[in-house]
Amino acid sequence: MVQSLDRSQGRAGGISVGSSDAPTFTGNKALQIEEPLIFEMGQPGRCAVDLPEPPKVKDRLNGLRRAGEVGLPGLSEPQVVQHYTRLSQKNYAIDMGVYPLGSCTMKHNPRINEKVARLAGIGDLHPLQPISTVQGALELIDSLAHWLKTLTGMPAVAMSPAAGAHGEMCGMMAIAAALEAKGERAKRRIVLAPESAHGTNPATAAALGFTVKPIPANERGRVDLAALKSALGPEVAAIMLTNPNTCGLFESEIIEISKAVHEAGAYFYCDGANFNAIVGRVRPGDLGVDCMHINLHKTFSTPHGGGGPGAGPVVLSAALAPYAPYPWIVKQGDAWTVAEDGAKVDGKPLGRLKAFHGQMGMFTRALAYIMSHGADGLKQAAEDAVLSANYVMAALKDVMTPAFEGPCMHEALFDDSFLKDTGVSTLDFAKAMIDEGYHPMTMYFPLVVHGAMLIEPTESQAKEDLDLFIAAMRSLTERAKSGTAAEDFKAAPRYSPRRRLDETLAARKPILRWRPSNSPPGGDPMRQAAE
Amino acid sequence: MRYLPLTDVDRRDMLARIGAKSVDELFRDVPPSARLGAKVAGLPDHQGELEVERAFQAFAAKNVSPAAAPFFIGAGAYRHHVPATVDYMIQRGEFLTSYTPYQPEITQGTLQYLFEFQTQVTLLTGMEVANASMYDGSTGAAEAVLMANRVTRRHKALISGGLHPHYRGVIQTAARWEGFDAKVGKPDVEGLEDLIASIDKETSCVVVQNPSFFGHVRDFAKLAEACHAAGALLIVVVTEVVSLGLIKPPGEMGADIVVCEGQSIGNGLGFGGPYVGLFATREKYMRQMPGRLVGETVDADGKRGFVLTLSTREQHIRREKATSNICTNAGLCALAFTVHLTLLGEAGFRRLAELNHAKASQLADLLAAVPGVTMLNQSFFNEFTVRLPKPAAPVVEALAAKRILGGLPVSRLIPDDPSVANLLLLAATETATEVGMAPLVAGLKEVL
Amino acid sequence: MADVKYTNEHEWIRVDGDVGTIGITNYAQEQLGDVVFVDVPQVGRRVAKGESIAVVESVKAASDIFAPVSGEIVEANGALTDSPGDVNAEPMGKGWFFKIRLSNKSELAGLMDEAAYNTFVKGLG
Repeated sequence: MVQSLDRSQGRAGGISVGSSDAPTFTGNKALQIEEPLIFEMGQPGRCAVDLPEPPKVKDRLNGLRRAGEVGLPGLSEPQVVQHYTRLSQKNYAIDMGVYPLGSCTMKHNPRINEKVARLAGIGDLHPLQPISTVQGALELIDSLAHWLKTLTGMPAVAMSPAAGAHGEMCGMMAIAAALEAKGERAKRRIVLAPESAHGTNPATAAALGFTVKPIPANERGRVDLAALKSALGPEVAAIMLTNPNTCGLFESEIIEISKAVHEAGAYFYCDGANFNAIVGRVRPGDLGVDCMHINLHKTFSTPHGGGGPGAGPVVLSAALAPYAPYPWIVKQGDAWTVAEDGAKVDGKPLGRLKAFHGQMGMFTRALAYIMSHGADGLKQAAEDAVLSANYVMAALKDVMTPAFEGPCMHEALFDDSFLKDTGVSTLDFAKAMIDEGYHPMTMYFPLVVHGAMLIEPTESQAKEDLDLFIAAMRSLTERAKSGTAAEDFKAAPRYSPRRRLDETLAARKPILRWRPSNSPPGGDPMRQAAE
Repeated sequence: MRYLPLTDVDRRDMLARIGAKSVDELFRDVPPSARLGAKVAGLPDHQGELEVERAFQAFAAKNVSPAAAPFFIGAGAYRHHVPATVDYMIQRGEFLTSYTPYQPEITQGTLQYLFEFQTQVTLLTGMEVANASMYDGSTGAAEAVLMANRVTRRHKALISGGLHPHYRGVIQTAARWEGFDAKVGKPDVEGLEDLIASIDKETSCVVVQNPSFFGHVRDFAKLAEACHAAGALLIVVVTEVVSLGLIKPPGEMGADIVVCEGQSIGNGLGFGGPYVGLFATREKYMRQMPGRLVGETVDADGKRGFVLTLSTREQHIRREKATSNICTNAGLCALAFTVHLTLLGEAGFRRLAELNHAKASQLADLLAAVPGVTMLNQSFFNEFTVRLPKPAAPVVEALAAKRILGGLPVSRLIPDDPSVANLLLLAATETATEVGMAPLVAGLKEVL
Repeated sequence: MADVKYTNEHEWIRVDGDVGTIGITNYAQEQLGDVVFVDVPQVGRRVAKGESIAVVESVKAASDIFAPVSGEIVEANGALTDSPGDVNAEPMGKGWFFKIRLSNKSELAGLMDEAAYNTFVKGLG
């Protein structure tokens, strides 16, 4: 097994408490099964797929037939199903309850989305089939594009980015392209972003050769307009703002901000991660935004899938629309066509961001969600999301410490001052939430708030479930403040499939793959536990 | 509305608790000029599942499904049979609706399958370390070039004319806006390109594809040596990952970074996405890798567990100094890949690869008998290029009118180049049958 | 005992003749948490004062190290590859990062002495 580093300084992963549970022979705990790696389960001679014997043909491989084994383990179908079923039972998920991860919008993932994505004639199309054989697919993409443009009040949308960060790259590249067209790319090298911005914002700007300068916030947690105006100048290419911002607050001076930015000859990139708060009630186009990426996996319910896949289409203003990357899906008379690299379009595409057309599977799911909600439902969803966050804020603000005064939008931000002198950190508090049956809220983001706790309930929770969550948070707060519970918190979580994990060890001695030498002799950790 | 649990009573009670008279008060920071009166105009209201399904069936009815026609298109996305188990596993709510494993204590399911996935990718590619997936092969290829630039501190990439044109386009776009040079070779139709002479002391990397876009299978060992002698990295792209079951992997040829499109395993064609990028490299470059990494460790009780690691390279910590701006991996697509590959195992994966090569060989032999069709490949895995006596694009349209999806005219991806106008790219996987090949052959005879 | 000077980026330099040994202070290693990796500069590299020259990574942060003085790198602490934890255990001792041959000793005058640095740290709260 993994060698344990000297942890005598006790920094790594909390306190190890001797388990008071009665040990079992297998190491399992009822439904929680200790699961080996597939490499520890396989046997040669096992295979979970029945394939016909290949006819003997002459090799036409240029003499490069693979010699030796690949090294993959052989399992039967029942074993494969058992393995992944048992693994799945170690995961928390939206399907299990409140998942209050701020800025991630963990809303319900409807199953009708999954059904329509798998329809024959939608899920099984090849992207490069003759255009005449995929007219329905192109119409589907255009329908979604129409919804996104109408909801945001923007004239154009680039559909191909594969995720939010990819969409940021697209939007900032479009800005770079627009600057180049005006001969200003070399002059305008600075991008302004608040310190509360998500890390992808400065990372994207820096990758494109921009220098990132911070815009300070005022005591109300919003962009300091005066400071912004003095930072604007002929060297500024763009600002990157999130609205509502990462503190969960609507930038009340957004129109003055966009005016000042445009007057200075710069562009306004909006990070659309928090669009769920305003969809159906506010159009970013009316706020002066030049481009905004939309996370289909946040606002529009496509499943998070354990970390992906996402989709990040980017709505574009008239100023940036000409630079949208290939491919462009264009209607010609009654028929759809795809304008691909080099094709003549009414613009100057900045290039190509991804092979083929985009995340079609996510388009289908998002469109099904949007059609299910409709314009009336989407507005109601945004209102319920904002209502739920404010409800949580109102119910907790007397015992926890909100970072800012006044109503929030769809997420409630607290700092850790309420834990001062308790010996309990934000991290400890979060780990204790796990034992209570909740995935913790987002921690330590945004960076501008100390020990940040960002809670986004979304519109998908029943009031009773919110009430239980609130009660649990109040109970944890009370225990923390008692001043005698620090050790308990540091030992959390106790009931999860794993206790706190040693991240220092993982980073100092990275083991990123299984090797035969990793496994204990005998290969079976379950047997080892029993011995 | 079925997705919204709050009732009007709930909303009233919640507003009372908040101390607001209406939800509009919670939106008071929105400038009045930007407040929409009613809902957004020009869009329909909510619908039930029946209507939504009908709408999508209407979309589907206007498409020709590969299942309904003889099908021979490849070009970077391949039609393979995905065992039924895969979809049932990825549809489990604990996988489908979970998030990035930032709280490892309650996401060991995700972390363990990603660790298994990373291991499988190293085994397939013959490399030492792999990440937890990229968006797809094309963006992975661009990230590989950026990584090579970082490692070598140079910024001139040499791009093979055998690289998929879309991948080339993504790299060129990155070069244009992120500030490096990408020198692209002429389309390598014959599979004879020699890049060694073009490498110099300013080259950061050479990017090749195996099998190439045109299907040729090549040995890059000498190219790898030449790269290393000049201090450059060799990046090998594999768009058909099943080929690794039969062909010498790039790791054994001396590749420094291997990028694959994993779509062929576990993930259907899906009209182009979402797919899954595989990214593997040598251990000495581990800290320069983009994307997520899962590592093994122990928990407070000494039990083996898994965590996201080396995250200080990533954007949420390094911000403007990050190795990449990437925040997500392909998640569920990586799960589909690993489940399918686990079902296949050693025996199944190798047999699948043999079947693919056999089917393509069969097709090649049948086409050899069609007058006017010239096979351009001495070597191939499951895809090859033929030259027709006339432009291929109208031929493919004519075949489509007969409900035959007969390959990809190369001119679709390499337009404005007369030298490739008559070229047709054809793929045959284990899903191709003799019953399907016959109409293609007959159709070609008719149309040519 | 060689004279130790400090920067406001929490680096220390201990000069012996015209070679200075450089590392990070106890305050810095506390702030970082468990150090997992140190990226030290190449021997022979010439650096200017203030230039970003190394990176120290912990589980939760990655910090740039800036050269407190100009000169040429003459030695790097190879032991940190296997035991990055030395930076936490003995930040002023075996956790040193690299040694530099100073090209301009007058640059030392602009750095803080121990008393001034301690006052500086107290002021950070």
